[in-house]
This record gives sequence, structure tokens and C-alpha cells, in this order.
Amino acid sequence: MIDPSAASVVPTTDPSTYLPAQQITGDLNDQLLQSDFWTDEMVAAAGIPIVDIPFVTIGGGIGSFVTLDYLRIAGVPTSQMRVLSTLDFAWQTYEYLTRVSQVPRPERIRSDSASRPDNIWGFPSYGFAEGVRKLDPKVLWGLFSEPIFADYYTPKAGNVFEQLEREAKRIGYDERLVKGLVRIVRRRYGGGYFTILTPPEGASATKRVAFRSQYVHVAVGYPGLKFLPELQRYRTENNDYRHIVNAYEAHEHVYERLVQHPSTVLVRGGGIVASRILQRLMDDREKFGAQTNIVHLFRTYITGTNDGYGNEADPRPGGGRTRVFMRRRGGNGWAYQGFNYPKSVWGGQLKAQVRQLEGEQRAELYKRMGGTNTPWRKSWQRQMNQGRREGWYNCVVGTVDDMQPNGERIVNQIRTAQGVVPVEVDFVIDCTGLEADIAEHRLLKDLLEHGGASRNPVGRLNVDRNFELIGTTSGTGAMYASGATTLGGYFPGVDTFLGLQVAAQEIYGDLAKRGFCKRLGPVRSTTQWWKWLAGSAP
Amino acid sequence: MLPTLNGRIQTRIFMLVVFGGVITFLITPLLPGNDDVDLGFDGDSYQATYLILLTTLVLGIVWELIYHGIQQFRWEKDWPTMFGLITIVNEAALVWLLVDIGAVPGIEEDSVPFWAFFIDFSVIWFVIWVWTNGPMRVPFIRWRFFGGRIV
Repeated sequence: MIDPSAASVVPTTDPSTYLPAQQITGDLNDQLLQSDFWTDEMVAAAGIPIVDIPFVTIGGGIGSFVTLDYLRIAGVPTSQMRVLSTLDFAWQTYEYLTRVSQVPRPERIRSDSASRPDNIWGFPSYGFAEGVRKLDPKVLWGLFSEPIFADYYTPKAGNVFEQLEREAKRIGYDERLVKGLVRIVRRRYGGGYFTILTPPEGASATKRVAFRSQYVHVAVGYPGLKFLPELQRYRTENNDYRHIVNAYEAHEHVYERLVQHPSTVLVRGGGIVASRILQRLMDDREKFGAQTNIVHLFRTYITGTNDGYGNEADPRPGGGRTRVFMRRRGGNGWAYQGFNYPKSVWGGQLKAQVRQLEGEQRAELYKRMGGTNTPWRKSWQRQMNQGRREGWYNCVVGTVDDMQPNGERIVNQIRTAQGVVPVEVDFVIDCTGLEADIAEHRLLKDLLEHGGASRNPVGRLNVDRNFELIGTTSGTGAMYASGATTLGGYFPGVDTFLGLQVAAQEIYGDLAKRGFCKRLGPVRSTTQWWKWLAGSAP
Repeated sequence: MLPTLNGRIQTRIFMLVVFGGVITFLITPLLPGNDDVDLGFDGDSYQATYLILLTTLVLGIVWELIYHGIQQFRWEKDWPTMFGLITIVNEAALVWLLVDIGAVPGIEEDSVPFWAFFIDFSVIWFVIWVWTNGPMRVPFIRWRFFGGRIV
């Protein structure tokens, strides 16, 4: 799935496998590639067949799924929507990423009980359903008392996927799915858009197929994950892809080796992925008797209350400490937070607040509530405390200046407050989750160059409050985007299940105003919910 | 819940008017009396229970301001599920005090039996708490994403 020598880890199927070897008709030509607006004649002249579909969603991950689900429930006939995707099912990329970052199906993901991508109402929540199904008072008590007396309830990955599968069947998702890769969407003279799909070899008579639609939804997910520059340099210079791995690439061989051989591992990063990787390393010690020594490298070591700018004493604009009304708990290096944003960004005060902010002010609030963080979980605290006591879990604070090989091992020159310290380890697991620029994605790059799209204060795609891509309007048509590519807009928390649903609701609302779908008033909404419960088609 | 101040007040009014109104109508004749007072399907009893509901609504708006203030100390700016239930203690205590000393206009001192008040208040509170934490999301699909605002 991933080219180990690439600088970016992009968890999508290799696009080159979709390109036929020999030149056949119906391909893009220079005139098309250079024009920001296309006429029907230009596309026809290139021999590209045109398919008319009012609404297409590009990506085919959970963002596309949730949006399609919403519109289907709002009464859009299945014949009017298509999903253009290289994925076989909506949770394919998500499941891959969670699995390699150590959340296999039986483990719990970091997501709220009521954020259900398979249920637009969020009722019954995952937790309530699990508590009732298993008649488990502990789950129900947890839901009642979270986060005061219990850790936040979070659903099991496997349950999420099973429920998504059920909903996919209910709404006939598979019949909407058209396999292929999309790299270009251009505005059409006369309104609407052309979306160029490259189908898998042999699936169509021509190399490309054009979807002519009034509405386009872009939900292509993370543009990619980058390695830290020094790690990438080491990997390419020493041709070593075994000992230095990213948490988001398959790296089971590391754990296998650790169980057989007492080794030292350097874990880099202070977020949820680092927590997961540490849990796996510590679980393997408990279950399989691995003799792993863990060196945990933090760039920023959180000692107590903090915000997105860091510890109390760290510099922040306007100077001073964290605000009494804006600080979170932390300690032992970590900043603690239940989910990847303060919870109210998904519906409460912070959501309402950010919706009103522009430019600099918005970027400032994003910064203040941001910062790397992880949930405080009883089991993780127990494992780390044991590790500290027994001396096999140690923290270092600093950055890596240089890395050299020493036989099978790697010497990291770590710059700390006390000077440069050499740390020799067997493996390095990078959990820093550095995200690539959106222009690394060919479709997004094309939208920025030819589609009229622009960047927001955080550098991602600039979307309006209704998730319409600002600057891309074409006649009566509209282009929307949701997910990670829209981070930094009027709504934070876009790259989460609930965020995708918030976006889907805004898109549905806008489309309802345009007359493309029905309004989900109390009656229709309730009727549709009963259908969901019964498992019958919308 | 993830309420904004506006959403809190709107939800409070909606819930007490709709659920409070209906439940009060149904439950009043069933409430227990005591040696001095008999409750039943009559104007005096309904006057008492509906005035209790109205008092809860008016004081509730003040309580929401206080809760909103407390919420500001929370990083998440959320209002945990449990808080929604346990705030019955302070709210019911205040309303009972006012009812019992005859401070609510239209309700005379010692005219409402304690257990009648207790059952009336608890049933309404519990139903509203349950509805707020789940089923409300079904008919009002935008409600949870807009801080509890209904309009």
C-alpha cells in the first residue's frame, strides 16, 4: 500500500495501477489541462464520454459516506448521486490507519459515544446501545458519570465498522460507488462541473470518463503524512526502512522482533498515537514477556496546566500564563484531553465562538485550544507508572540533531536543555503525525490552481460556514468540501466523525435551500429515524 | 450536553413547557395529599402544580446563568450528563422552600404536601433529563450542533 522510499505516507491505492499502458482515446489534452472552464464541446472533442449525475462526492471515505447518508435520508433518489473512489468500502482507509497505529477491531477508538457516522441523529449512542445490548451497568454508569468519575466512553473500532456496514447496505451505498481515481474537477461553461474519473484498466472503453454534475463534494481526507526530515534523511541515506518506522505504516515486524530480543525503542511524539504505541509496547511486556526498554522523546514536555501554547510559563501572545477559563490538565509530558478538540467545538460554545471569528483571531483561538494532546486513561496511567518505577520507561525532552548507524543500532544525538546527549536504540517509531501540505494531493493542487479554491488562515482549503469551497461557484452549481482538508475554517474539529456529520448537515441545509433535497423537519426526521432503527431503506 | 447560554435557556423553556406542561396535567390528580390537603382533578390543585412549574421555569433561567458561569471553568466547555441530573437537588430545594413558606404568589403557605411536590418535581425532571440526553436529537436534528438552540 505504501512506497517505503516515499517522503509521504499516503494510504491510498497506488494510482499508477489504474493507468493503462498504451494510449487509447478519450484522454485529457493540453487544451483541457490549461483551461479553467470547460465547454461540453471541449470534453466531447477529446473523446471523453460524459455521464450526467447531479451530485458526485469524491473520496469515498467516511466523509463521502456521511454526506451521502444525510442526503439519502433527506430524500435524494439514489439515481442522482455517485461516489467516485478508489476504495472498496468507506472505512477502508480509516481501518487501515487505525489498525497499523495499534487500534485493531477489538480496541477502542478515540471518539465520543454520540458521534456515529452510521446514524445522523447520534441516538441511540454507541455507549447506550452497548450498555443495553450487554445489560452492562458499568458501561451505563460510565456514560452517566463521564468525565467526572469515569474515563470518556469510546466505541470499539470493530463495532463502528459493523454498524457502518449495516448502514451502507440500508442506503445502497455500494450501488452508488464508481471505482476510479479523480485528479481533476473543472468548472463548466453554463454552470456545474466536470469531474474526470480514471477508471481501473478495462472498466471502460476510454481512459477517462467525465461526470457532468451540478454539485461536487470533495472529501479526500488527509493529503498525506510526512516523516520528520531527519528520519527521512536517515532512511534514504542508510537505506534502512526496518528500524525507523512511522506509526501509520505497517510495522508489525518491530513488535515481533521486540518479543524475541530485548531491545530499546525510541518513541517520538506526545499525542494519541504515541499513547497507543506505548500501550502496545507495554502490553507486549505484560503478555509476552518482551524485555523492551522505552525511551520516549517529547519535544514539548507538559508539566501541569497548559493550553495550545504549552506550559504556564511558555510564551504566548499578550504574554502571561494560561487563562483561568482556558486551560487544560497535563503532567508527565502529556496534555490531557478527552478528544482531539475540547468537546464543545462539536456543538457548544467553542463551535458558536469560532463561527463568528475571521482570519487572525480565528487562527489564534485554534492555536490556543490546539496543541498535541491525549486522553487520560486509567490503564495507560497504570502502565506508565509501572514503567517509571521499574526503570524501563524513560522520558527525554528535546529535538534530534543527527542520527548515525552503529551496527544494527541507531545513535540519536538529542539536543536537550542540558546539551547534546547520544541515545542509542534499536528502533525508532515516529508518532509525530506531521501532515503534508494540501498541495501534495493532486486534486487539491488542481483546485487551487484551476478551480478557484483558496487557502484559509491555517493553510488548508477555504470553506464557508456551509462548507462550500469559497471561489469555486459555477453558475447555479456549488462545490463543497469536508474533512481534514478544510481544517482552519469556521468550524474546528472537521477531521472527526462528528465533524464530518456537522459538515454533512451544513451541506444538506444548503442543498435543501437550493431545492435539491427535502428538509428534515421534526416529522420527516422522526419517520426516517424509525426506518433507520428498523433497518429499512430510507 | 454542549450548551451555549442561549441554547440552555431555549432548551429549558421548551422542555418545561412541553414535557412539564403535559406531565403536570397528567400527574396532578394522582399526587398524594396529607391530613390537611386533598389533591385531585380540580382547579386548586392544578393552580398549585402549574405555579410550581412556572416558578421552576423563571428561577431556572437564573440557574442557567449560574451554570453557564460554572461551565466557563471547564476546558471542554461542556455540561456533563451527570450535572443535568444532580442539579435537581439545588433547584428543587429552592422551589420547595419558596412554596413552603408561601413566597410563590398564588400558593398559600403549607398548602402543598411535601411528597406531592417531591413526586411532581422528580418525575418531570427525570423525564426531561432522559429526553434531553438522547431522544431530543431525533426530531430536532440541528439542536445538538447548535448549542441546544431550537430556533
